[in-house]
Amino acid sequence: MKRSKYRLPLSQRIYLIAILKGMGITARHFFTNLLRPGRMPNVGYPEKRRNYSPRFRGLQILTVKPNGEIRCTACMLCATACPADCIHITAAEHPNPEVEKFPKEFNIDMLRCVFCGMCEEACPVDAIRMGTRYELANFERNQFIYTKDDLMRAGNYTQSRVTRP
Amino acid sequence: MRLNLGPSHPATHGTLRVFVELDGEIIRNMKLEIGYLHRCFEKMSETHTWNQVIPYTDRLNYVSAMMNNVGYVMAVEKLLGIEVPKRTQRIRVIMCELSRIIDHLVAIGTNAVDVGALTCFWYFFRERENIYDLFEAVCGARLTTSFTRVGGLYKDLPEGWTQWCRKVLANLPRSLDDVEGLLTTNRIWIDRTRGVAPISKQDALDYGFTGPCLRACGVGYDVRKAHPYYDYDKFDWSLITEEEGDTYARYLVRLGEMRESMKIVEQALDDLPDGPVNVDDWSIALPPKDQVYGSIEGLMAHFKLIMHGIKPPAGEVYSYTEAANGELGFFVVSDGTGRPFRVRVRPPCFAIYQAFPQMCQGQTISDAIAALGSLNIVAGELDR
Repeated sequence: MKRSKYRLPLSQRIYLIAILKGMGITARHFFTNLLRPGRMPNVGYPEKRRNYSPRFRGLQILTVKPNGEIRCTACMLCATACPADCIHITAAEHPNPEVEKFPKEFNIDMLRCVFCGMCEEACPVDAIRMGTRYELANFERNQFIYTKDDLMRAGNYTQSRVTRP
Repeated sequence: MRLNLGPSHPATHGTLRVFVELDGEIIRNMKLEIGYLHRCFEKMSETHTWNQVIPYTDRLNYVSAMMNNVGYVMAVEKLLGIEVPKRTQRIRVIMCELSRIIDHLVAIGTNAVDVGALTCFWYFFRERENIYDLFEAVCGARLTTSFTRVGGLYKDLPEGWTQWCRKVLANLPRSLDDVEGLLTTNRIWIDRTRGVAPISKQDALDYGFTGPCLRACGVGYDVRKAHPYYDYDKFDWSLITEEEGDTYARYLVRLGEMRESMKIVEQALDDLPDGPVNVDDWSIALPPKDQVYGSIEGLMAHFKLIMHGIKPPAGEVYSYTEAANGELGFFVVSDGTGRPFRVRVRPPCFAIYQAFPQMCQGQTISDAIAALGSLNIVAGELDR
């Protein structure tokens, strides 16, 4: 295919005007950044971190009751709702007869998790929430499997949105 | 000379393999190979419930994930025969148009990078970052939004979000003006893009082009105008078309569309009704949390919906929206169970990319790079 010819106006045919205009724009940015470095969009990570909203979906948190016990009742809704099949729960009988069931094991495979927040949405007792921690690098694959204790430590949430005890 | 361009080449914006037959620097022939980013989206959908597919749709066109979310749930809602509340429709429009803006910012920005103009990229990415902050405040993630749900939304807008959104939009024209000043009348940019990889009106239609690439050929087709959904016909905005069908025309169309999208967002923000965001049907949308925590009916509906999923009636539906690259269609088939029987995506990139060899024949290899950027091929959507 042949390249079609366009008639450019003289102002565009000589490079100079456009180049000066472009230089003007970049110079304006250069001087505003120089004079007001605080308004630059850069974040000096890791010394500085950006603020995320409270809705940020990071590492999951298992909330606890006021007495420090896990709030989860091992109903398996989060494991069912998870599109990535990353939640593995083993349920067991609780020693206290007033509490029916609790998770003996609650593992989340962070290599599979897509942080979609569907587990939080599915939980009927506000036992799992999406936390705000996001730096989850590790050296070994097995270190990415977060156990019940890891997730309970991930945030200190005893305050519950559940109105009834 | 025969040469491999890609599959991992910085200018291919993903994993595309282009096998080119060169005569000096002139492209004589070109063969495309796709599928390097195939992730089995359509097959995976069949093993998940209708709502669980939404996180997978984020990864189709990952530059504007919100639009895939909206496109998919629109298809399922059409199958269910329900209409979402007005507020939800407006919020979806706002999210779609913001996504269109960031998609076009990336398309123009990376196109300019490919031909050597890095500055525009920085000016645009500053604005893109602001819009990502808006997204993150709404849904908790910047890229993999998963914002919509069948029959509603993941969450309502947080407090003060609309004012914040207006502030972000107010900053946007400055960046657009800057980049327009740097590129539009710049002889170097014009030389690199004018007449590069042109396609005629008829060829574009024959290949099944949609979106900005089609409008750059002079065809004023836009799903939002031709088959309006979510009250797009009630907003005051105009269609941007160019005649030449080359890389420069595609750049102008995208630039113009961003300004039109801003108009739509502003109008939608002005006209944002109050009310719930989810449909009032517990067999489709999850009950509100206080009902789940506090009443047995709510808890039962909650369990039922998550364990068994939404059950649309058996049937098939094709629903299409105007995504940033063109018509994004979802063909969904239900057999009455809680999972899709079949989900087929009609990605806009697929039709556009198949015309790439024809567009580049007889042009130089550097023109092919400039053209690829302007077509805005997103491999996640192309290969699914």
